[in-house]
Amino acid sequence: MMEILGHLGDGLWLSVQPVNLMLIVIGVTLGLFIGAMPGLGSVNGVAILLPITFLVPPASAIIFLAAIYYGAMYGGAISSITLGIPGASTAVATTFDGRPLALKGRASLALVTAAIASFIGGTVSNILFTAFAPPLATVALSFGPPEIFALMLMAFATFVGLGGDDIPKTIFSICLGLVFAAVGYDEISGAPRLVFFEITGFLHGVNFLVLAIGVYGIGEMLWTIDSTRGKITSTDAKMSLKSIISDSKEGMRRGWKGTAIGSFLGFFVGILPAAGATPGSLMSYGVAKMFARNPKEYGQGHPGGVAAPEAANNSASTGAMLPMLTLGIPGSPTTAILLGGMVIWGLTPGPRLFTDQSEFVWGLIGSFYVSNFFALVINIAFIPLFIWMLRMPFTVLAPLIFVLSVVGGYAATQDMHDVWLMLGFGFAAFFLRKLDYPVAPAVLAIVLGPIAEPTLRQSLLFSSGDPSIFFNRPIAGPITIIAIILIFLPLLKMIWTKIKPSKAETPV
Amino acid sequence: MRRAEIITAGILALFSVYLMWKSTELDIGYIKGEGPGGGAWPFWLSAVMLICTGFIALNWVRRTSPPSQSDDVFLDGYGKKMLLLVGGGITGFIALINIISMYGAMFVFLIYYLRILGRHTWAMTMTIATLIPVSFFFFFEALMRITLPKGMKFLEPVFNALNTIIY
Repeated sequence: MMEILGHLGDGLWLSVQPVNLMLIVIGVTLGLFIGAMPGLGSVNGVAILLPITFLVPPASAIIFLAAIYYGAMYGGAISSITLGIPGASTAVATTFDGRPLALKGRASLALVTAAIASFIGGTVSNILFTAFAPPLATVALSFGPPEIFALMLMAFATFVGLGGDDIPKTIFSICLGLVFAAVGYDEISGAPRLVFFEITGFLHGVNFLVLAIGVYGIGEMLWTIDSTRGKITSTDAKMSLKSIISDSKEGMRRGWKGTAIGSFLGFFVGILPAAGATPGSLMSYGVAKMFARNPKEYGQGHPGGVAAPEAANNSASTGAMLPMLTLGIPGSPTTAILLGGMVIWGLTPGPRLFTDQSEFVWGLIGSFYVSNFFALVINIAFIPLFIWMLRMPFTVLAPLIFVLSVVGGYAATQDMHDVWLMLGFGFAAFFLRKLDYPVAPAVLAIVLGPIAEPTLRQSLLFSSGDPSIFFNRPIAGPITIIAIILIFLPLLKMIWTKIKPSKAETPV
Repeated sequence: MRRAEIITAGILALFSVYLMWKSTELDIGYIKGEGPGGGAWPFWLSAVMLICTGFIALNWVRRTSPPSQSDDVFLDGYGKKMLLLVGGGITGFIALINIISMYGAMFVFLIYYLRILGRHTWAMTMTIATLIPVSFFFFFEALMRITLPKGMKFLEPVFNALNTIIY
């Protein structure tokens, strides 16, 4: 333990060296704005700025890129809350409660909760990372396709069992999202699949951001204008030092459970190869809702619904670094680019990295702590600017959101086909929303679909088509059973409420 | 609202059937040594969607879902006008991108929305409509190195001149 603390001390010292500290501040600030821009996420920032890092030593380079990664995780929440458009896939779940809070005039509460939850999530994951790096990576590696599919099933089940929405409509929405995720080339056979009307634009699939921006940027805005008769002038959002302190207190009082769940679950999901921060944040939202005293408050503007995904995406981003450094396996697209950078710098990721390049690894770990602190400070410093955006007249804010949506829809894949598709999704979401179809499960499903389908097919291939593989494995079994119980929970509740009054009527 | 609920359920049922049919272009059964065919996953998901639309219709008959109990109009005069002006405006914006570039279309759309729909002053309209495309140009083209659509050939000299500033 003392040895670890000694290494950590050296790492912290390295990361507060003037050059590294400056890189952290620039990286976090850049990441904050890149993350807040719809269509761009940490992956874009890290990919674009990777060549710049060849000008500095490897330790400073990775510190800079990790700072961008951290900043982007904080930044994603900003547009989710203030504009209702997820800045990045990792912040999709933040929209579910962040936007309703902003519409109620509580944007500062949502932003402060997001910042603090992100800080706590980052800190918890940093401590877990420092203490348990190599053994945790081995546990995560024991997760095979059946275990990962069981986890995906549980994420969908939480929406069905606890959504509080119309059950057939929720299941329809999940299946629709999963079908859209299947559009494009079939990963296993390589054959084109679901290419509607032979339009070639469908060959590259339906990007989740195209659906998310269409639903939240266009559909939600049309619905807001229609349902309020266009009488929204501005959001009554105010900001002062006093309100930041009181919002911090309220955010933590009502969101501590979500923060705790997000911090631990996010870290573990982040470690899983091919999972990363997006499934981590969506699952944490679902689980936080499951453990909430009143799950129906989620989706209406509950700080816990902001805290859980925000703590999770920060925690998962550190978690995803773990298999990358210890085993050379990236846990997310961003860490895949970081891995590429390390190879270019002449470093070999893997178990020997901790001994051969001790200064590099501990410098990076030390920078996680420093970046996390600066991300919190810089984020809170910018909150008044984000709040000011919300005070704009709605007739100014709305066209800006539409412009951001169109640019974001294009930037995601750089194809005009996707911009038209996004518009189509926007109109469809508007009509479906009017008829009480929940749209969030479709967004969740399109994000998790590319993980769910291959793991299901690989599992069934291992078992020669026998579905019992999901029940008789020690980790997959219990998760699958919990998921099935959750799916049938509404039915059980219905039976229970029918039995309960008849019991009450029975004279004792 | 009640009529819209059943019509939408019908359209979604037809869409589910179309997806099932489309999925059969690839194998939907279990292939020995390869696992489930490429069409199996979307086929069975679409089948579940079809079953769900059946339940939505059943709830409509039993009048258990809120839209099936509602006598409100699905889209009233205001809704239709809003859809035409706002939805039509965004459609026009996207249609203009390939003609006058992303930045040009943004400029026109912002003038349309701010001046005609928002009734803001010309000074405010022109300030926002100019500042936004200019800042987007420098953010995307110069900082992020992402090129957004530049429209038809006649705009080439304009962008060539702008590119000399950033490169």
